[in-house]
Amino acid sequence: MKKTYHVNEKGYYGTFGGAYIPEMLYPNVEELRQQYLEIMYEDSFQKEFKQLLKDYVGRPSPLFYAERLSAKYNTKIYLKREDLNHTGAHKVNNTIGQILMAKRLGKTRIIAETGAGQHGVATATVCALMGMECIVYMGEIDIARQAPNVARMKMLGAEVRAAKSGSRTLKDATNEAIRDWISNPVDTHYIIGSVVGPHPYPDMVARFQAVISEEIEWQLQEKEGRSYPDHVIACVGGGSNAAGAFYQYLDDERVNLIAVEAAGKGIHSGESAATSALGEDGIIHGSRTLLMQTKDGQITEPYSISAGLDYPGVGPMHAHLYESKRAEFISITDDEAMTAGLELSQLEGIIPAIETSHALAVFDTRKFKEDDIVVLNLSGRGDKDLNTYIDYFKL
Amino acid sequence: MNRINQKLQEDKKLLSIYFTAGYPSLNDTAGVIEDLEKSGVDMIEIGLPFSDPLADGPTIQESSTKALENGMTSELLFEQIANIRETVSIPLIIMGYLNPMMQYGIEAFCSKCKEVGIDGLIIPDMPVDVYHEQYQAIFEKYGLLNVFLITPQTSEERIRFIDSISNGFIYMVSSAGTTGAKNSFGNAQETYFDRIGNMNLKNPQIVGFGISNHETFMQATKKAKGAIIGSAFIKHLTKNGTESIKEFVDMVLDK
Repeated sequence: MKKTYHVNEKGYYGTFGGAYIPEMLYPNVEELRQQYLEIMYEDSFQKEFKQLLKDYVGRPSPLFYAERLSAKYNTKIYLKREDLNHTGAHKVNNTIGQILMAKRLGKTRIIAETGAGQHGVATATVCALMGMECIVYMGEIDIARQAPNVARMKMLGAEVRAAKSGSRTLKDATNEAIRDWISNPVDTHYIIGSVVGPHPYPDMVARFQAVISEEIEWQLQEKEGRSYPDHVIACVGGGSNAAGAFYQYLDDERVNLIAVEAAGKGIHSGESAATSALGEDGIIHGSRTLLMQTKDGQITEPYSISAGLDYPGVGPMHAHLYESKRAEFISITDDEAMTAGLELSQLEGIIPAIETSHALAVFDTRKFKEDDIVVLNLSGRGDKDLNTYIDYFKL
Repeated sequence: MNRINQKLQEDKKLLSIYFTAGYPSLNDTAGVIEDLEKSGVDMIEIGLPFSDPLADGPTIQESSTKALENGMTSELLFEQIANIRETVSIPLIIMGYLNPMMQYGIEAFCSKCKEVGIDGLIIPDMPVDVYHEQYQAIFEKYGLLNVFLITPQTSEERIRFIDSISNGFIYMVSSAGTTGAKNSFGNAQETYFDRIGNMNLKNPQIVGFGISNHETFMQATKKAKGAIIGSAFIKHLTKNGTESIKEFVDMVLDK
C-alpha cells in the first residue's frame, strides 16, 4: 500500500485522530461522518462552494512573488495571499464549506467557538449570508481582549456567549460549544474553526482549506513551470491554514513542509504554545493528538502574543506529520514574530496577522538555497493586530 | 463475583451517588464515601476531576475546578482510598475522562483500581470501539466492569451492541444535555424509559442526569434498576458541607 499522510478510513492519522466523544455526541458526529464526503463531492455542492469562493470570498487569492523579501534572504519567496480573502484570513474557506454542509444536513442553527474572534467573525459572516441563527462561544477573558471582533460578530447578527468555565479562553469556548451541541443534537451544526475535534472534522476542514494548495499548484505552474515548490511554510495553532497549504503536497515528498509554532516567550519559559515540543499524546476536544498538559493529564493554558496560536493542542494531522518527521517543526518567539511582521510591512507593503508573522520569522532562523522555491501561506492580515503592534513597537 | 454484579441482584431499586474526589476539601474523599454508605446509598461514583469535562454541566465543572485547585490528582486519589475497603463494602466506581487515565497509563490505572478495591469505571469520552479493541482485555484482567452510556438518541442497533459488550449495567442518560439537576421529567423521558425498559436488555439500566430528589428518583426507577445523582448532591455539599450527607440521602429515599 502506498504510504499516505492523509486520514485513514477509521479517522486516524497514524495513531492520532479518532473520535473520543461522549455518547451524547455520537449521533451528531456519526451523521456527519457518514455523509460528509458524499455531500462535499456532489456536483451541486462543489458548484455552489466554488461560486461563493470566487464571488463572495474573492478567490483565487494571488500567489505573489515577494521580490524584496526574496532578495534579502537570497531565495525565491512566494506569498499565498489568504489575507486578501473576505474577512481577512483563510478561516472563511472553511466556514463557507461548513455552512453549505449544514444546510444540506437540514440544520437550522449554527454554533461555533472562537479565540481571537477570527473564526467567530467568519462564521457570523456566512450565517448572515445564509440567514441562519448563529451562536458563538468565546472565553470571557477573550471577550474582554478582543472587543472589535465581538462588535463585528454582533453587527453580523450573531449572539456571542461568554464561556465562564475553566480558564475562560479558547479551549473553554470549545468545551461550551460542544456542550451546546450535546444539548441540541437535532437542529444544530457545530462549525469547528480548525483541523481539530473528533473525526471527521480534521479531515473535513482540511478538505475545505485544500483550495489553498490547489491554487498554489496551478499558480506555480504558470509562474515557474512546475506545480510544486521546494518548501511550504505555514504557521500552526490548531493548524487549518497549514493543513490547507500542505494538503496537495502531503504525499509528495519532493516538497518540504515547514510548520511554525508559537514559542511565546521561549519554549521552556513556561509561557509558550509550542505544542509539538511541549505536548504529550492525549485527548483534547474529542481527538487523540499532542497537547500541552500536566503530568496528571490536566490540560494547561498556552501562551502566545498571537491569540490565534494559543491552542493547547494541535490537529491530529500535524501531530502525525511531527511524529513521522514528514514535516519540519520550528518554534518562533513573540519577539522574532513581531520583528518579522514589521519587516514584511516595510519590504512588501503588507501588514500580516501576528500568526502569519511567526511563519515569516522562519527566514531569519533557517537558510534556504538560492534557487529554492518557497511558498509561505500568508494566512491573515494584520488589521486585527494593530493594537498589539502599536503597543509592542511603541508606534 | 464483582460487587457491582452482586448489588444488581438485590431486590430493590438502587441509589447511586456521584461526587467529585477532593471536594469540597482535598481530604474529604474517604469521609464522603464512608458517610454515603452509612446513609444507605447502594453504590458510589467517585469523580476523578478533569480540567475539561465535556459531558458535565456547570455544577460538576465547578466542583472539578475546585478539586484541582485543592491539589487533586489521580495519584492522590489512590492514596486517599488506599484503605477504603477496611470500612466500606458497597460497589465503588471511578468516573473520569480518558486523558488523565492515559497519562497515568491505562494498565497502571486499572491495576491500581484493583489494588484499592474499585469495581468499575465510567469513562464518558472513551469510544466503544477503542474499548473493545484496545482496553477490554486489560479491564477484564483486573476485574473491572466498564459502564457505557446510552442516550435518547442512541439507535436500537447500537444499544444492542453496547449491551452485548457490557457485563454490569448500562448508564442511561435521561435526556439530551450535560449533567445537571432538573426538577421533573416530561413525557419524552417517560417514553424513552419505557422504550428501553421494553428492550429486554441483558444488562440492567441505571438512569443518570437530571435526577435530584425523591420524585425524579421514583420516575427514573419505574422501569430501570436504579438511578444516579450527581449535581444535586454536589450542590448539597457546597451549601451544607459534609456534615449533612444523610439528610440528602433521606430526602431522596423519602425516609
